[in-house]
This record gives sequence, structure tokens and C-alpha cells, in this order.
Amino acid sequence: MKTAISMEMILLLAGLLFVLGIAGVIIRKNIIFMLLSIEVMLNASGLAFIAAGSHWGQPDGQVMFVFILAMAAAEVSVGLALILQIYHQHKSLDIDNLKEMKG
Amino acid sequence: MEHLLWLIPAFPLAGFLVLALTGKSMPPVWVAIIGAGTVSLSAIFTIIIGITFLSLPPASAHYVQTLWTWMEISDFHPEISLYLDALSLVFAFVITFIAALIHLYSVAFMAFDKDYSRFFACMNLFVCSMLLLVLADNLLLLYLGWEGVGLCSYLLIGFWYEHPENGYAAQKAFIITRIGDTAMAIGIFVIFYQFGTLLIPDILAKAPSLWQPEASMATITALLLLAGALGKSAQLPFQTWLPDAMAGPSPVSALIHAATMVTAGVYLIARMHVIFELSPTVQLIIAAIGAATLFIAGFSALTQYDLKRVLAYSTISQIGYMFLALGLGAWTAAIFHFMIHAFFKALLFLAAGAVIEALHHEHNMFKMGGLRTKLPVVFLTFVIGSASLIALPLISSGFYSKDQILWFAWASKNGNPLLWLIAISGAFITALYTTRMVMLTFWGEVKTEVDRLPGKLITIPLIILAFFSICVGFIELPHNFGSLTLFSDFLHQVLPETLLKSTASGEVFFQLLGALATFSGIYTAYILWYKQPEHLEKLKRNEMLLRLYSFWHSGWGFDQLYQTLIVRPIVFIATINKNDVLDKIYQGITLISVALYRSLSFTQSGSLRWYIMGLVVGAIIILGIQIML
Repeated sequence: MKTAISMEMILLLAGLLFVLGIAGVIIRKNIIFMLLSIEVMLNASGLAFIAAGSHWGQPDGQVMFVFILAMAAAEVSVGLALILQIYHQHKSLDIDNLKEMKG
Repeated sequence: MEHLLWLIPAFPLAGFLVLALTGKSMPPVWVAIIGAGTVSLSAIFTIIIGITFLSLPPASAHYVQTLWTWMEISDFHPEISLYLDALSLVFAFVITFIAALIHLYSVAFMAFDKDYSRFFACMNLFVCSMLLLVLADNLLLLYLGWEGVGLCSYLLIGFWYEHPENGYAAQKAFIITRIGDTAMAIGIFVIFYQFGTLLIPDILAKAPSLWQPEASMATITALLLLAGALGKSAQLPFQTWLPDAMAGPSPVSALIHAATMVTAGVYLIARMHVIFELSPTVQLIIAAIGAATLFIAGFSALTQYDLKRVLAYSTISQIGYMFLALGLGAWTAAIFHFMIHAFFKALLFLAAGAVIEALHHEHNMFKMGGLRTKLPVVFLTFVIGSASLIALPLISSGFYSKDQILWFAWASKNGNPLLWLIAISGAFITALYTTRMVMLTFWGEVKTEVDRLPGKLITIPLIILAFFSICVGFIELPHNFGSLTLFSDFLHQVLPETLLKSTASGEVFFQLLGALATFSGIYTAYILWYKQPEHLEKLKRNEMLLRLYSFWHSGWGFDQLYQTLIVRPIVFIATINKNDVLDKIYQGITLISVALYRSLSFTQSGSLRWYIMGLVVGAIIILGIQIML
């Protein structure tokens, strides 16, 4: 028998994951870790969708999660390609060294 | 001969174009041939056409030749069209004939100038513009000529531009006449608005039916046109530019600032006489301005020591006589005086130029003297010209023209004793300053040695002009003395007769008074500046007179008056507003935008983590607001 986990708990978990992701993006200097943190944020939002879908008994939440997975895969591949290029050009993955767009 | 009319202005124009485009690389002989030749050809054609006009008078009393339509804007289509009637024939004859003589004179006079071709180019352009002015059949073409002569006057006054004061004199002449020109342009707009046409014969025909006598529109139009005439003819209150215009070469002074351009105002008023007749008030103003000018300029001439400035003031004064005559309605007398004045004043300026040249550019009369024997031809012609200027009775032509004006000042319908009194005291002053000028220049001891004798090309025009200064007067003799009215009969085709008061009589008496004024003027000057100079010394000790002397010398303080009233305030405002007050608004806008840009571009740090920080903080704020509300 399923133990019902309350809606609030799941959303709290999703929010926690999301904040952790944001904190990772802001605090981390290494671009690869920033990309990982973005993945955490994406999965946090996916979790929120799943929870909402099961709460209302609708399939839409799971459909959205499949979309997010596909998008995350694409994003990671493009992101990694960019990171490779950055590393080739700058010989560094430190985000603080990449300030060419300064106003 | 009608179809040859276009050649009269076309020759000088062609001369101008050739000289302006290729003159620099042309040998001086060719420049002289083209410069003087084109104007002489134009004079010959004017004489031929004039003879035809006189011998076979056209039925309509005028020739018209339409060359082409200048522009076409719905029903406004001014044409380049020449119109020759008695009035314009007199002007065209005087202009081309005197201009031809002056060009011949200039061939020798300017021979050593490095800008020989520029001089002749400008002179030719001047003659062309002046001819356009007097031959125009519509006011727009007349205005083109009017501005053209103004431009040439500017170019030629500042001919020796290396000296800054010549440039200032040229600017002064240009700006002061421009005030009048602007008024005249407005006058032309008013005429177009009222009549719907600029064709002079149409305007003159329509005016009496459109406007009642003393109609306010007629008065306004007449006043606006008068302002243009006053500016060009150097009459009160615009007279200050002419004495300074003497900075130009002497032939320029003779042609532009004595014989032709400065009388353009006289031509304009005579040409538009119908409008002025509709407004007796304006006519009275013209007469008063003429009288005041002739009086003021006469006294200024008396105190000058620069030979050319004496002649300049005398020109202002003589044009004052013409304006007086115009104001009195004595149209033919004004034109007659214009013609004779053109001959003798051109002669006087050319002779003065010869004297100045011979004395190594000495302008001061007090450093001249004893030239009677050194320059006999110049002396003789100068004396003849002076005799005409002071209206020496019977033998000089100036007598016949000035006598007419004096008589009309008393006897014509608009005349009154005050105008006559001013005119006759003007005659006395004229005699006084002219005799003084002749005495100082040609009598007494030699003060400056003659440097170079004038050649044939200089003396021949002088002799021809001297001949005309004596003889032209005989074509119009007073009623009680020969009663010959060839000239006024000829002009009455265009200009109305002068109306006399019914009570007017005793012309002989007034002629004798005029002669008396002349002779007493000559005698006084003879005593003061030649025979018994101790009288002059005695006068010089009088404090009052000395102050008056310097007042007159400065031209009655008009320059200082304008300096304080107009020039200084404008210069003052200009200095305050050097940085343009209105500009501050636009400068403020740029300053604010630059400051904003600088503060905003600070946030564009290039640091990705700061951007994300911004996003997060922004999201939190918006969510916070959502929750709060």
C-alpha cells in the first residue's frame, strides 16, 4: 500500500533542490559544476511537475517531465561542447577569468 | 531697333563672364580691350537705339523686348523683359555713356594694379546690373538689378582688400543699404499682394483705381519703397555709408558712388511716381528728407580735409536736391538734375582721382596746393566741374537744373518757403565748400610735388565730361530765358507735369537770389581760404565754432549715434549669448544621457555570476511582492 506523502513535503523538497542548484550556480567557480547545478535545478522543477500531476491525477505532469528530460539531455550536450571550446581557447574553466563582455 | 535692346545689358555681361572666367591668364591689353570695349559697345548701341527712339517715336511711347519667361508659378510668371521709355532711355544713356568714359579712364588709372582683370570684371557686372535695373519692366527684375549693383558696390569698395578698413567700409555700405533693400522687398510683396502682378506699367495703370488718394495701403507701400530708395541713395538716415565708400578706387567712386548707383533711388521713385502721387504725405516726407540731407551733408562737406570725402558729402547733398525735387512733384527737374549731376560729379571724381594719383596717393587737401600750373588739364576740367556743382549762373549746366529745383521749391504746389530757404542756403554752402576745395587743391603754394603726370587716356575722358558738364544744361532753359523745354517735353511722355501754385510769379527774382547765393558763397570762400586767411584764424579761435566744426566733420555724429543705439547693444547681446542660451537645453539632454549610460554600463560587468545573482534577486523581489499582495 502506498504511503501517501503529502504534497507540501514534495514541493518543499523540490524548492530545496532548486535553491541548492541556484546556490551552486552562483557560488561555484568551475563551469562544469555550474552545469551540474543547472541539472539539479531542472530536476527540481521536474519533481514539482510530477508531484502536481499525481495530485490532480493528470498525465500532463509526467508528459512535462519527459520533455524536461529531453531538453536537459540536449542542454548538457550543447553545454559540454561549449565548455570544451572554452577550455580550448582559454585553457581554464574558471568563470571569473571569462569576463570578455565587460561593459 | 527694338530687337537690339537686349544687346545693351548683354555686352557688359559677356565682358564680365569672359573676364571672370579667363581674366587671370589674359594679357592686360586684352583685359582692357574686353573690359572697356564691351561697355563702349553697349554705349554705342544705346545711342543708336536712342536716336531711333527719338526720330521715330513708337506709338506706345516705349519699346518692349521679352527675352524669356523667368519662372512660371500658376498665374505669376515674371519675364526677363526689357522696357525702354523716355525715363529709362535717359538713365541707360547716362549709365552707358559715363561708364564707357570711366572704363577708358580706368584702363590707364588701374594699369599698375595686380588685380586688373578682377576690377574690370566687377565694373562690367555693375554696368550690366545697373542696366537691368533701369530697363526692367517688372519689379522682380528691377530687384535683381538692384541687388546686383549692391553686390558690385560691395566688391568694389573692398577692392583693395589687404587693408582691413576697406573691408569694413564695404561691409558698412552693404549692411546699411541692406536695411533699405529689405524694406523695399517687403514693399514689392505688398504690391504683389494688392495688384497680383509685378509688371510696372500694369501697376501704374491700376493704382489710381485701386487706391484712393491718401489711402493707408498706398502710404505704406510708398514708405516701404522710399526706404529702399533712401538706403541706396544714401539719404537721411542711411547716409553714413557713402563717405566711407570712398575706400574704393576713384573710378569706382565716380561710376557707382556718384553717377549711377546712388541715383537708383531717384529712378525708383520716378518710375513708381503714381504710387507716390497717391500719397501726398509721403511726398512731403521725401521733400523734407531731401532738404534735411542736402543741408546736413553740405555742412559736413565744408569741414572735410580728404578730397574724396568732400565729393562724397557733396554727392549726398546733390542727391538731396533730387529727392527734394521728387517730393515737390518736380519729376523732370529731378531727372534733369540727376543727368547733369552724373556728368559733373563723375568728372570731379575722375579729376580728383588724377590729382590723388599724381600726388602719390595723397588724399589730404591741406597737403595739396599750387596744382594749377602743374596739372593744367586736370585743373581746367576740375574747375568746370566745380562750376557746374556750384551752379555758376548762365554758363554751367548745373545752374539750369538747380535753378529749376529752387524755383519749384518756392512755386510748385507742394512747395513752401521753408523748403526754398533750405535749398537756397544749401546752394550757398555748396558754393562755399566747392570753392574751398578748389582753392586748397589748386591755388596756394606747392606742398607735395607732382609724382606722375596723367596720360592721354586719363585726360580725354575728363575733357569729354567737362564738355558735357557745360553743354547739357542748354537743352532745358528757364521760361523767362530762352524757354527751351526739350528735356522735360521728352520726359513728359512718362512723368506728369509739375503743378505750379496759381500765385507763383517773379521767377527772375528767384533766379537772381540763387545767383546771389552762389556768388556770395564763392566770395566768402575766396576771402576765407585764399585772400585773407587771418579771418579764418579768427574764426578758429571761437570755442563754439570749433566744437561745431568737429561735430560737422564727423557727419553730425550719426556714426556715433548708430554705434551707441544699434551696434553696441547688438554686439553686447551677442557677447552674452556667445554660448547660445537655447543650446543649453540640448546640451543638458546630452549630459543626462551620458551620465545614465555611464551608471548603467557599470552593471555590464561581464561576470556571469553577478547576472545570475541579479536574476535571483529580481525573482525573489517579484515573488515577494506577489505573496505580500
